[in-house]
Amino acid sequence: MSKEIKPKRRDFIFTASYTIGAVGLGAAIWPLIDQMNPDASVKAQSTTEVDVGNVEVGKTITVLWRGKPIFIRRRTKSEIEEASKVDLKNLKDPEKDSDRAKNPEWLVMVGVCTHLGCVPLGDKGEYNAWFCPCHGSHYDTSGRVRKGPAPKNLEIPKYEFIDNNIIKIG
Amino acid sequence: MSEEKYIPKSKLGQWFDSRLPLLTLSHHLQSYPTPKNLNYWWTFGGILTFCLITQIVTGLVLAMHYVAHVDHAFESIEHIMRDVNYGWLIRYVHANGASMFFLAVYIHIFRSLFYGSYKAPREVIWIIGLLIYILMMATAFMGYVLPWGQMSFWGATVITNLFSAIPFVGESITTWLWGGYSVDNPTLNRFYSLHYLLPFLTCGLVVLHIWALHVPGNNNPIGIDVKKNSNETMPFHPYMVMKDLLALLLFITVFLWFVFFAPNVLGHPDNYIEANPLVTPAHIVPEWYLLPFYAILRAIPSKLGGVIFMFSAIFILMLLPWLDTSKVRSAIFRPIYKKFFWTLVFVVILLGYLGAKPPEGIYLILSRLATAYYFIHFLLVLPLLGRYEKTDPLPQSISDPVLDKPDMLDKFKKAAAEYEGENVGSFK
Repeated sequence: MSKEIKPKRRDFIFTASYTIGAVGLGAAIWPLIDQMNPDASVKAQSTTEVDVGNVEVGKTITVLWRGKPIFIRRRTKSEIEEASKVDLKNLKDPEKDSDRAKNPEWLVMVGVCTHLGCVPLGDKGEYNAWFCPCHGSHYDTSGRVRKGPAPKNLEIPKYEFIDNNIIKIG
Repeated sequence: MSEEKYIPKSKLGQWFDSRLPLLTLSHHLQSYPTPKNLNYWWTFGGILTFCLITQIVTGLVLAMHYVAHVDHAFESIEHIMRDVNYGWLIRYVHANGASMFFLAVYIHIFRSLFYGSYKAPREVIWIIGLLIYILMMATAFMGYVLPWGQMSFWGATVITNLFSAIPFVGESITTWLWGGYSVDNPTLNRFYSLHYLLPFLTCGLVVLHIWALHVPGNNNPIGIDVKKNSNETMPFHPYMVMKDLLALLLFITVFLWFVFFAPNVLGHPDNYIEANPLVTPAHIVPEWYLLPFYAILRAIPSKLGGVIFMFSAIFILMLLPWLDTSKVRSAIFRPIYKKFFWTLVFVVILLGYLGAKPPEGIYLILSRLATAYYFIHFLLVLPLLGRYEKTDPLPQSISDPVLDKPDMLDKFKKAAAEYEGENVGSFK
């Protein structure tokens, strides 16, 4: 036997078969994992249209989109004013109110607390807007987190006004 | 194992045993030497086996009537309760059985903590036991989702959202767990599938747990090593079997008291309201056995931090055999550890109480203090105690604490003499 250990034909065959085996195993396992991701029928429920014509000022309606509640609030003048004059430095997740509500009168957002997914209650909490009863997160009149364990503001979904009264979410 | 070689008596037995040594296994289980001083805290292993079998048998039957679909799940539970013959009984046994299972496992775990059963050479038994405990929690959580009531739905939402705290991949993992964009029918279906599977994995781990136990043998209240097959041990059958059976019957009495007289006292009334994804109940709480961890989750004012601390509270127990540096096993000979042990029991119960309260004011402050104490106990107190605690002297044998009492030996001799006449054999 020589002192120098050279890779042999056999070593090469071992390494090559382990590699091919690992790739094959991965390819076989992937469908078993990916089957748990959202399927085609779930993905198909991607848009919802809502008629907001008879929502009064200062009222919120809740609609279901992709299994999640969507808050649509027609805000009062004072709420809009309060939301827009907040100093961004005081926010955990700084966002301007004008970026969150394209039309300041209408606030459209996913009604799911960014902490652990409960539905916040309206007209409650220290900012008299939204408050999550599960773990005590407070949101302001723009749906921005102000206090509590939630890391982010309430999510704004993709939406557009199709005409004056119809909002298309998704 | 230090037992004599077993040979079945019958020819057929010998023929079979040499091909598959089941008879040898059965003989081993019967003659397995147990320390003669085991007290009633040691009967919970048998009780837990009973709990697991009860859950599997009742669950198997419930699965014949339950429908895992968001439109039918809630109704099918009512169908079981009202229409199926004895359905109410089977479901109440299954639901309360989960609580009894956890009650027994908590006693079993705290027994281990008190008597130092997790220490060398029993670390592997301890770790497998914790894996069983984790599987139990996962199984119980998914089972609680199946009735598709309000607590089912929102419990599932909160717990699955824990994973969204993981940086970068959290959202994708949560979506993957849900099979959608919220807890919905795909979630219910997979939870049902896993709820059926996990108990059988638990069974596998129980076999490993017992196997690992039978290598060094039982710890005992005195916590010193016993010589196997000596006058310090007794065969498992019939001595421990009878003791276990008595304890089991008492346990079943408590169990059935809940089933027949207070079947819903451990559950939450909101779970008799069908799941509604638009309304979160005012106070969502997990089942009682998860409350201490829930209190830790809420004590930390950050999403990721809360999740990390909650999971650490469980996984820190895996390191316990190495965090507790004391060579003395039983708390009986550790005067300071004994005090800390009871403080820990109090703190865990306090955390459970706080987990059921709203996270505000004094409750929040107390849960932060209790959480801090929980971690201090394991990370600071135990390593330091091992170094600085002055332990009491250990007896030479497990008989000594009994026989060393004044006149005890004479009393035994007298009693034995009255019983057997003067022909007392090799009584020491």
